Amino acid sequence: MARNVLSPPLGKGSKAKWRKMLPERAIAVFLFLCSFLSILTTVGIVAVLLFEAISFFTEVSFLEFITGTRWTPLFSSKQFGVLALVAGTTLTAVLAMMVALPLGLLSAIYLSEYAPSRVRNTVKPILEILAGIPTVVYGYFALLFVTPLLRGISEDISVFNALSAAIVMGLMILPMVSSLSEDAMRAVPRTLREGAYALGSTKLEVSTLVVVPAALSGIVSAFILAVSRAIGETMIVTIAAGQNPNFTLNPFVPIETMTAYIVQVSMGDTPAGSIEFKTIFAVALLLFAITLVMNLLSQYVVSRFREEYE
Amino acid sequence: MQEMDYILQTRGLSVYYDTKKVVTDVNLDVARNRITAIIGPSGCGKSTLLRCFNRMNDLIPTARVEGQVLFDGRDLYGPDIDPTEIRYLIGMVFQRPNPFPKSIYDNVAFGPRINGFKGDMEEVVERSLRRAALWDEVKDRLKASALALSGGQQQRLCIARALAVEPSVILMDEPCSALDPIATLAIEELMRELSEDYSIIIVTHNMQQAARVSNYTAFLMVEESRVGFLVEFGESRRIFTNPVDERTEAYITGRFG
Repeated sequence: MARNVLSPPLGKGSKAKWRKMLPERAIAVFLFLCSFLSILTTVGIVAVLLFEAISFFTEVSFLEFITGTRWTPLFSSKQFGVLALVAGTTLTAVLAMMVALPLGLLSAIYLSEYAPSRVRNTVKPILEILAGIPTVVYGYFALLFVTPLLRGISEDISVFNALSAAIVMGLMILPMVSSLSEDAMRAVPRTLREGAYALGSTKLEVSTLVVVPAALSGIVSAFILAVSRAIGETMIVTIAAGQNPNFTLNPFVPIETMTAYIVQVSMGDTPAGSIEFKTIFAVALLLFAITLVMNLLSQYVVSRFREEYE
Repeated sequence: MQEMDYILQTRGLSVYYDTKKVVTDVNLDVARNRITAIIGPSGCGKSTLLRCFNRMNDLIPTARVEGQVLFDGRDLYGPDIDPTEIRYLIGMVFQRPNPFPKSIYDNVAFGPRINGFKGDMEEVVERSLRRAALWDEVKDRLKASALALSGGQQQRLCIARALAVEPSVILMDEPCSALDPIATLAIEELMRELSEDYSIIIVTHNMQQAARVSNYTAFLMVEESRVGFLVEFGESRRIFTNPVDERTEAYITGRFG
């Protein structure tokens, strides 16, 4: 009977069987704990963020935090308008995307539709190496190479400015946009391309009117992931964009992003438990919420707009 | 044979993939406003031969074509020929329905749009869909996604899409192989109607289909020494009742392939 196979009857044999099964069980439990650990870590981080942030909001009104435009928690006259940091993050992220989106999409179109396979097999790994460069290197590249270049164009650009950091950040995100978009475009069935060619399309028409629209869900989700990467990026903006929480959209002056502020406070000698210390948890919680929404949005776009091909 | 009006003619046509010959020295005359079927066992090069007529083989980097394909007497592989213009004049329907992931309307309007059509697009879409016997089924949902249609409807949509650019020839590469028998009959019926105004070449695995719809049949073969050579070509009625070559007879009576 099937039941006997699943649960052996008690008796002499069952003890030996139990001894055999024990290692298997132990391994299963051990593996479960390993995978559970990462979930636990996430839950722990969120809990700590929430706990400290709630304690922060007992001292500072949430409304002031979310609508104020002056951010001076480290000064004697403290103001907690996080929009100054949000503006810095938005500015650098938007400018970075203005670099990464067009270049990433164009290079994806080239690699997927135009490049001979030999070129693709050479260029793609090189592009992906760009993704492996430590961001601190990008940061110094921005500060010591791109900024002087920009200042050569116009004297009005400050040493620390959002533009330089954003351009380099765009270059850093570029391989990700290009690689994910290319994957999406390569997944478009060949028969769709042939259908378009058979109607007299040129290669450009096939790429822009058929392949890109058919791969749109993948491309959009690559874009959203890239935006969320740009929002969370820390090292480049900390090094090259400055530490001045300016509520501005002027890319030529120093600004401070949410991530850069967290670095600034973590590195300083802010006493634990003080209101200055608690600000970074409130900022981090907001940052976490924004990137979470971005990632959920990306998943939604993929599941909602994916075309099912036979 | 009597003097006839041919729209497409091949002269010593061979096709290579790299160094492998897949179509060998084919001479074929395709009559205007008739249905010509190309039959033969798997791997005999019939799809490759079909793709010579609209230069689809150009899309395969390793493919090389030798010989001539004359379209109304003009060599399709001549130096002054733009392949995109050829594909505008010679339409194609594929093995599996391949509508674009766009609306039904946009699928049909795609060809006219890219070819710079400036007239009444709604009229073109309706006429093409009517011609493809799909209008009554989709006229109330032209903005719906083409992917929501059934397989047979999708294939008729692909035919409508090809008709919208007013080609003079329609190439069909096993157009019913992914369809059920009822949808297949609908497509065959449609082909007979279309042959009044269009020249049709159909590649098919299905000999009954070739016998049912085509006026002329070309039989291609593959042997150890040669691939994709023409064994016999003539009126379908004769090929299927009284073949000259014994290999043709063996194939149509189902002794191989």
